[in-house]
Amino acid sequence: MTIKRREFLKATAAGGALIVTGSQSASASTAGETIPPQAVGILYDSNLCIGCQACMTACKEANDMPPEHSGQYSTWDNPLDLSANTLNIIKMYKDGEKYAFIKRHCMHCLEPACANACPVSALVKDRETGIVTYDASACIGCRYCQVACPYNVPKFDWYSPFPQIHKCQLCDHLFQQGRYAACCESCPTGASLFGPVEKLKKEAERRLLLEPDKYYDFPVNHIEKGNTRRHKAEKYIPHIYGSEEVGGSQYMILSGTDFSKLGLPDLRERSYVKDLEGVANTFYKYLIYPVAAFAGLVYLVRKREHHE
Amino acid sequence: MNELNVVSKLSARGYSRRDFLKLCTVMAASMGLPLSAGEKIASAVESPTRPPVIWISGQGCTGCTESLLRTTHPTLEHLILDMISLDYNETLNAGAGHQAEKFMEQSIEKNIGKFVLVVEGSIPTKDGGIYCKVAGTPFVDIVKNTASKAAAVIAIGSCASWGGIPSAEPNPTGAKGVSKVLPGATVMNIPGCPANAYNFTSAVAYYLTYKKLPALDKQGRPKFAYSRLIHENCERRPHFDAGRFAEKFGDEGHKLGYCLYKLGCKGPVTYNNCSILGFCDVGSWPVKAGHPCFGCSEEDVGFSIPQFVEADLEKHSLFTPSATPADITYQRGGNTTATAAGLVGLAVGAALGAGVVASRKLKSEEEASNQ
Amino acid sequence: MSEAKPFGGRVLTIPFILGLLVIIVMLGFLAQRFLLGLGPVSGMNDGYPWGLWIAYDVNVGTAFACGGYAMAILIFIFNKFEYSPLLKPAVLTSFLGYALAGFSIFFDIGRYWNMQNIFLPWHANVHSAMFEVALCIAAYVLVLLIETAPPFLQKLKLHNVENKLSKVLFIFVALGILLPTMHQSSLGSLMVLGGPKMSPLYWSQALPLFFLIGALLLGYAVVIFEATLSGVAFNNPSELKILKKLSAIIPWLVGIFLIVRFQDINARGALEAMFAGDMAGNFFLLESVLLLVALFMLVPAKNRADSRKVFWAAFCALLGAGLYRFDAYIIGFSPGNGWHYFPTTPEILITFGIIAIEILVFVWAAKRAPLLPLSGKKSQA
Repeated sequence: MTIKRREFLKATAAGGALIVTGSQSASASTAGETIPPQAVGILYDSNLCIGCQACMTACKEANDMPPEHSGQYSTWDNPLDLSANTLNIIKMYKDGEKYAFIKRHCMHCLEPACANACPVSALVKDRETGIVTYDASACIGCRYCQVACPYNVPKFDWYSPFPQIHKCQLCDHLFQQGRYAACCESCPTGASLFGPVEKLKKEAERRLLLEPDKYYDFPVNHIEKGNTRRHKAEKYIPHIYGSEEVGGSQYMILSGTDFSKLGLPDLRERSYVKDLEGVANTFYKYLIYPVAAFAGLVYLVRKREHHE
Repeated sequence: MNELNVVSKLSARGYSRRDFLKLCTVMAASMGLPLSAGEKIASAVESPTRPPVIWISGQGCTGCTESLLRTTHPTLEHLILDMISLDYNETLNAGAGHQAEKFMEQSIEKNIGKFVLVVEGSIPTKDGGIYCKVAGTPFVDIVKNTASKAAAVIAIGSCASWGGIPSAEPNPTGAKGVSKVLPGATVMNIPGCPANAYNFTSAVAYYLTYKKLPALDKQGRPKFAYSRLIHENCERRPHFDAGRFAEKFGDEGHKLGYCLYKLGCKGPVTYNNCSILGFCDVGSWPVKAGHPCFGCSEEDVGFSIPQFVEADLEKHSLFTPSATPADITYQRGGNTTATAAGLVGLAVGAALGAGVVASRKLKSEEEASNQ
Repeated sequence: MSEAKPFGGRVLTIPFILGLLVIIVMLGFLAQRFLLGLGPVSGMNDGYPWGLWIAYDVNVGTAFACGGYAMAILIFIFNKFEYSPLLKPAVLTSFLGYALAGFSIFFDIGRYWNMQNIFLPWHANVHSAMFEVALCIAAYVLVLLIETAPPFLQKLKLHNVENKLSKVLFIFVALGILLPTMHQSSLGSLMVLGGPKMSPLYWSQALPLFFLIGALLLGYAVVIFEATLSGVAFNNPSELKILKKLSAIIPWLVGIFLIVRFQDINARGALEAMFAGDMAGNFFLLESVLLLVALFMLVPAKNRADSRKVFWAAFCALLGAGLYRFDAYIIGFSPGNGWHYFPTTPEILITFGIIAIEILVFVWAAKRAPLLPLSGKKSQA
């Protein structure tokens, strides 16, 4: 995309307020420029993760999901990837003696493609917390969210006559009990850290500046609860994954291993939601073009009919 | 029976008061009570007014009584027999026949609303309960009558808890547990085959101390003993987590002490404290001895699921993480069957075929119209 | 101009019965889908959440059903009334195509019992391209139903209704041009969000434009293809002359399509991806070759006078542009993470059933309703 086109589209978009969005509240902003006021998220630090999978177990219990058996043994909960029964997964990258872990679940994008895609507002980004939530009672099961998600996160019950979409909702059902994301509650090392996005981002930036092989305090579980653990800092790739990717997200990842090796897609900064809204705004803004086209068509067709 | 001083009896056997207090504290700890409860238990046990206990047996093997008697921990059985007044127990009664029955009736009338009823063995209910009678009265009637006058009802062993072995398929006598026969009544179940004497004595000590039953789970079992899966504290658990299993009795894995899950161990679906306390104070327990747990204390597991069938982990929502996390990526989907590929070919072929046929016809028609 | 008449003749021929068998098989598998879910019947998965049914039945299917739209543009906007005999059958196939696409959506979506949420304003997400597509397709099926009605009203002798309808028909004709313009382009917009997972040969912000041109191209190609087939099948060569004239549009549309598409890919510096040797590259080449063949076959006026060449060129354009739409949804879409997709046998047979319904209803309508402009002498009515 050239700058010129972007500028052009922005100019088109800046023309005025959308008539049609007036009635929309929950889904109003699918392409938000800013972080929601009380945005909460997770900072995952691959360097601190020991691969114990306590977060996966806690996630299943918190979200009442059955264990998933795959592969050679049916003895453990051993999902191979995110699925309708697994909202959170620890994966392992191996390269000879070296290994690294990565925790995958919903990124809670700032400009979520799934929420933009959903025709019935079943997936919406909460205006306060920024959590991308799912409402099965609205969902029609069209699976456009799955097509649209750059991270392949939403999953579908393929083997149920009454399927739903399943994805991490940051344990928002636990908030009322004064709890928070079960994966962070259960993480023993602080690899999964819950908290307000701004604070997490500052913490991530601090970690990038740590001197390797020295000992530092790392917050554990919840950045605002004050618990810390002492770990030896390791070298980081100097980038916070999720800070820029397709408009940024509320789940951020630090790692000492290349993000692409951990299976994270290499994404551009501009969100595809912006691309699509550029197109939509060009042609459907105010519905002026469609209405004008309709008027012209009615005129032409009538004229032709008379000529006939 | 005469009232006796517990401590003086103990010292007669070479135990000090210190030993006695220690034991009471251990009991308190095993029930998850604060340490100060040890003293309370001690004073309750020392109290000269011992609650009368009526112990009746139905369709059982008397294993629960026997295992209680054979507890080798210092004088535990003596303690219990001394701190309570065991007024009736068919195995231990000095008297027999009409004499014993009469004594029981007297004791019940005298202590109405005060005695503890312990039921051992299951209760046949088919054909009016005629398959087990004591002195001509069906056992089911004895249980109902006695329970209505008791202060508390304890079902000891799996048979009394839900039917146990006598209730196994095809259950010819219609055997049931005490709680089924006494609907609405609170019955404390101490299942096990036999029940662990510690769990029983601890529960009784709790009752003596606090004058109420300990917290029970949904199946009426005291939570202090039955709130955790055997699997959770099993000494072979690391082998399970690492995927090391004995595949056959006597194989290399079995010799090396690997996990017995694949031999049918029901530890992952059975709530009991065997993996902590051991089994009936014999210094070991089945899994330690190399035999899979068969789930004796779990209804619908023990005597229901065959011994060598693997436990259904799914049903009990047991989340055990895999020893090795998933790989970053793997190949899936896109299975191309010959039929499906053939159908795609057929579709392409049909379209082309229709085109060729139409094209031929076009030619002939045009030639016809040109002529 | 010959009058539209029912062709007549026996409906229950052997091919017709074979078609019915295919439909019965489809119903069996559909029962399985509704009882067990989508997984056991289709090859779709969490990586490829859209398979044959969306990519072919809906996406390509509605474009194949653009004949009515394309002809309406030609007749009412460009005032080419000489093509009006082609309109009626084209509108019927359009209606069938769209109605069956709607049916395919019904069994493809997982939570069909919530389908009405699309029409409830408090659920609507006006930012969603899917919302626009769903709404427009639903509205257009109604418009097509109204446009298709006259021949059947005639058959049912409801002349009163027919007359009243003919007075307001112009509104529906206008809608019948506006709505496809909107949703056929939006079918392309849908995949704009799929960007990160798509081949640079298939992703573009201009996808709606490509899809719109593609829909028009397919509309005209389908009219030529179907009119030739029905002309041959119903011994009605009178249409062939108009078709030859109509075929002159195809090279223009193919040319525009190829130029804007190659220019767009070139601007993103992705042209060499077509020689990558992967599926996306190979299918891109195949489409382009098919379209080029159509283009070059129809450029010389001599060829456009040859019914067979017109037919084969339309056929190539149909395959090329149809393949493009399919590829934009499946071949050019790669979710990574080791995901693959191939339709299963039941999935394909359900699509066959849909195609069979379309053909059988058209055959029935041609034989029983005044649909085709028959020359009269050969009519068996």
